[in-house]
Amino acid sequence: MSTTILGLPPAGIDPYRVGRMGGGRSEPPRRHETGPAPKRIVVGYGFWIFLLSDIVMFSTFFAAHAVLRGAFAGGPTGRDLFNIPNVAVETALLLASSFACGLAAVAMETRNMLWTQVMLLLTGLLGLGFLLIEVNEFATLVAHGAGPDRSGFLSSFFALVGCHGLHVTAGLLWLGTMMAQIFVKGFAPRVYRRMLCFNLFWHALDIIWVAIFTFVYLYGVAA
Amino acid sequence: MEQGRRRTLRIATAASVLLPLAGCGGVLDPKGPIGSANLQILYGSLAIMLAIVVPTLIGAVVIAWWFRASNPKARYLPNFVFSGQIEMIVWSIPIMVIILLGGVIWIGAHQLDPYQPLASSAKPTEVQVVSLDWKWLFIYPEQGIASVNEAVVPAGKPVHFSLTSASVMNAFFVPQLGSMIYTMNGMQTQLYLQADKPGDYDGRSTMFSGDGFAGMNFTLRAVSDSDFANWVNSTKQNGPSLDRAGYETLERQSENVRPFTYREIDPALFHAIIMQLVPPGPGPSDGSAPAVRSTSEK
Amino acid sequence: MLGKLTWAAIPFDQPIPLLAGAIVFAALLAVIVWIIVKGHLPYLWNEWITSVDHKRIGVMYVLLALVMLVRGFIDAIMMRSQQAFAFHSQGYLPAEHFDQIFSAHGTIMIFFAAMPLVIGMMNFAVPLQLGVRDVAFPTLNSTSFWLTATGALLVNLSLVIGEFAKTGWLPYPPLSELTYSPGVGVDYYIWALQISGVGTLLTGVNFVTTILKIRAPGMGYLRMPVFCWTALASSLLIVAAFPVLTATLAMVALDRYLGFHFFTDTGGGNMMMFMNLIWAWGHPEVYILVLPAFGVFSEVISTFSGKPLFGYRSMVIATMAICIVSFTVWLHHFFTMGAGGDVNAVFGISTSIIAVPTGVKMYNWIFTMYGGRVRYATPMLWSVGFIVTFIIGGMTGVLLAVPPADFMLHNSLFLVAHFHNVIIGGVLFAGFAGLTYWFPKAFGFRLDETWGKRAFWFSISGFYIVFIPLYVVGLMGMTRRMQHYDVAEWRPWILIAAFGIIVMFCGMVCQITQLVVSIRMRHELRDETGDAWDGRSLEWSTSSPPPAFNYAVLPDVRGEEPYWQIKGRAIETQQLPDEPDYRAIEMPRNSPVGFITAVFCTFTGFALIWHIWWLVIVGLVAAYVTFVVFAWRNVEEFEIPAAEVAAIDRERRLARQAWLDARAQVSEPA
Repeated sequence: MSTTILGLPPAGIDPYRVGRMGGGRSEPPRRHETGPAPKRIVVGYGFWIFLLSDIVMFSTFFAAHAVLRGAFAGGPTGRDLFNIPNVAVETALLLASSFACGLAAVAMETRNMLWTQVMLLLTGLLGLGFLLIEVNEFATLVAHGAGPDRSGFLSSFFALVGCHGLHVTAGLLWLGTMMAQIFVKGFAPRVYRRMLCFNLFWHALDIIWVAIFTFVYLYGVAA
Repeated sequence: MEQGRRRTLRIATAASVLLPLAGCGGVLDPKGPIGSANLQILYGSLAIMLAIVVPTLIGAVVIAWWFRASNPKARYLPNFVFSGQIEMIVWSIPIMVIILLGGVIWIGAHQLDPYQPLASSAKPTEVQVVSLDWKWLFIYPEQGIASVNEAVVPAGKPVHFSLTSASVMNAFFVPQLGSMIYTMNGMQTQLYLQADKPGDYDGRSTMFSGDGFAGMNFTLRAVSDSDFANWVNSTKQNGPSLDRAGYETLERQSENVRPFTYREIDPALFHAIIMQLVPPGPGPSDGSAPAVRSTSEK
Repeated sequence: MLGKLTWAAIPFDQPIPLLAGAIVFAALLAVIVWIIVKGHLPYLWNEWITSVDHKRIGVMYVLLALVMLVRGFIDAIMMRSQQAFAFHSQGYLPAEHFDQIFSAHGTIMIFFAAMPLVIGMMNFAVPLQLGVRDVAFPTLNSTSFWLTATGALLVNLSLVIGEFAKTGWLPYPPLSELTYSPGVGVDYYIWALQISGVGTLLTGVNFVTTILKIRAPGMGYLRMPVFCWTALASSLLIVAAFPVLTATLAMVALDRYLGFHFFTDTGGGNMMMFMNLIWAWGHPEVYILVLPAFGVFSEVISTFSGKPLFGYRSMVIATMAICIVSFTVWLHHFFTMGAGGDVNAVFGISTSIIAVPTGVKMYNWIFTMYGGRVRYATPMLWSVGFIVTFIIGGMTGVLLAVPPADFMLHNSLFLVAHFHNVIIGGVLFAGFAGLTYWFPKAFGFRLDETWGKRAFWFSISGFYIVFIPLYVVGLMGMTRRMQHYDVAEWRPWILIAAFGIIVMFCGMVCQITQLVVSIRMRHELRDETGDAWDGRSLEWSTSSPPPAFNYAVLPDVRGEEPYWQIKGRAIETQQLPDEPDYRAIEMPRNSPVGFITAVFCTFTGFALIWHIWWLVIVGLVAAYVTFVVFAWRNVEEFEIPAAEVAAIDRERRLARQAWLDARAQVSEPA
């Protein structure tokens, strides 16, 4: 180790004069270093992080389904159970609902109360339609003895699809609250930010549903 | 040759840390090829790490002590905050150790994989193991007998264990012979062990399995070939028969079970357990109350 | 009406838990009565329970952690003493009781002692170090805390109502399935962890957002103190790992409540999936705990060596490397499952790779001390104790990562000794170091050094007396979780370990004494300037305790160690920077929403455990209503007028100026 490594300073140096490498050199703030971000950014960012964690949770259920997709335990398989046209209608409803949600966001940008509410209502009705078909599907399966307690395969199916269904239900509750809030409070910044988050949430559920449709239903029938 | 000597030296260093305990049994006192090989890898890895850990520990303590604020002789270097060369060294030392150790891990994990048959001219003795709540069932498919909480095997020959569980997970472990392996319901794991010399070796479950776990011990008795033949013959003379009904009785929870044997077995039983053709262990007999604490005396 | 709940749930026939529960209950009741009688309730409600101030929430987290630490330690004493007695006998704890104790010990120590300790320190220090006024979502932060407290409450409730899990700290199926664990123990475990897990997840979201989006002007990523980096890494791990825990426990719950077949013996369930999933969370969890601990040591060692942290960038790279690699090692928790040579080798190697960045950190800490003027105050003692202890624990950890060695040591007391070696030596020592380090910042007075040092020496020597013997008996083949044993060779070591825990107990008594003594001597120990340890990062630039708004004006960061620069400039010029232009500050209003939500979640959790379905619905609806009411409020913030800000900050400046003058007088004659 040479002396340059240790950089021996004169003895008795004042510790307050030295800093880290570069000797505590001063620099003007760089871009992105201009202090706390505005609230809209912070809220949106935080919600994105939350959505990521939600997607991790879904991927756990996806993983469980991938492991258990062959665990029929002598029971029915996906080919026996899944009604693809039915699920296609479900998918169409949910995608249309997302589209309506996007339109609501556009209407909100122009501060148009009527169209915002109409589009949100449409979003909710389409979402409700999706949910009703799903509940009907579950009820039919259970009635035919293909409930989640029949096999590992059905357990993972019900848990994954049910978890998505619970998210949609929570989304509908949120949507109702949101509509009431917009109605009472107008487009206050706070309400605006929440709408932003709701949009993110609703579209994320769409993406997850597309994955479910592909990997659970289509693969399930093909397998 | 030189390398071999250095290796011996390294292992001796590591062993000297642990050797005082070797007389105490357990994994430091192996009595079979697997246990010895495992232990050698343990010593080898320990030696590799001690070579770097000991100087680091000494350095840490010495530096921390020398540079105490009250020591006037220590030089104060407040702007000694970065050095590319030191960073280079502190990254490369652990990396080199891990590369070395990675080699040990790779070779060890493959050579000592429990599924790996032992190199031996003798044909392995087949033993099927079922962990139950809370005892061990050993089935000898070739001999058509079975025993509970005591396994008898010929010494000096490999034993091939096929293992499963009747209910919850357990792990099969004979410390002095080496590797352990899980037993799981609906699945079969395998393990090859060998006891070099006749003797009684303690075995137990190492995976917590419920209230009776602490009493889930067995003895692995390694005996000479002739003694093994005698034991098989005498076992066939008496004791109950292990059919499906007998198995379902055995499956019920019991603790601290004394060893006993079965004179005959249902040869398809082990397969039926793995394929889940017999129901799994029933668990506590009474709904919500704690497990019935009965001690089998058979 | 009450589901499965009957009088039989209260263990009248078991004096130990009943007595313990009664004592705790009486103590709680006495505290509550005292608070009400003395008229402290409004203060407590307004200033603490409904507070959304990150410093207060941090303090409450640490308090919760310390209380739970004592509870978990009592479990540890019972386990060690049971094994000391239970040679060729049943000891004094029957199996069904002993099994609950070790399960509760692990659960409480990890989830309700270590986690709150780490999160509490993050809460307290991160916004201060970043030079900002609060976290991104203050009310959410309060909710996180109260949800964690709910979990702790449920676990402790199991002591007197029903039973706790008898399945270990991770409920491995099929043992945790309804067939083999028909009682409510596992349900207590599931719901306590689900509720507190949501709290932890929200903390993670909150801190990722805070650290990435809310920093003082000029506080670039490479100017953040290492503690903030480790907090970021830990929060990222929380966001990525905790949802896996939530999903996995949800699967266990579905198995138990609705007859699903995720992990059952029957119906095609797969218990190996549980192990993979739980450790996909479980191993990152280890680093969630230990990374912020590394951060604390980085701060402490640098401060008390009077030097900047050596190799700052290396430290940052090492932290993030650990953060990523920690997701690729989970299988080393079950090498003995028979996965085959290739799989075991890959995971063994990836595990040992983590030793590289960890080793780099060790060397950088050592080189931080090199050339320093190391002041051995209590936090520094804990740090040096940590370096020594953690190197040993790390070494035994890498040893366990070698599959053939693990084949013999898995589930042995060697393993138990290893992870206590790293968790006590890492996380707990960091907790005590951080506690003594930041205590003056939080309360305005130091902790007593004499008792702090006594606590250190008792704790560390007790630690070695307990765990070296456990390493030894592990090598002798002793398995963990044994309620009794009959191997004579183990006995002496177990007795030594039992003696060690008495020494550790003395350490705990010293810690408590330290707290009491310091509170009584708080005037002598007062920290006038706000810079109790000659600190280097921003939190030491504000007063102790800091005002609600932390900084009257957000600091303008112009380099690494900004406070060190400010301090240096002030000493050089013999004067403080010019008085800034004080403006009014908007701060988030207090909110009871976190507390109320948590109360309803407690009801819901309790109802789920005992199958009281109507209460489940009531709890959920009430929590939702609370949420809507909160969303409906119009005024979220209140304003602190400029004059008040100015008055508070001028007081701080006076103290600083006095310190400057005093320093000049001391140095002039020299």
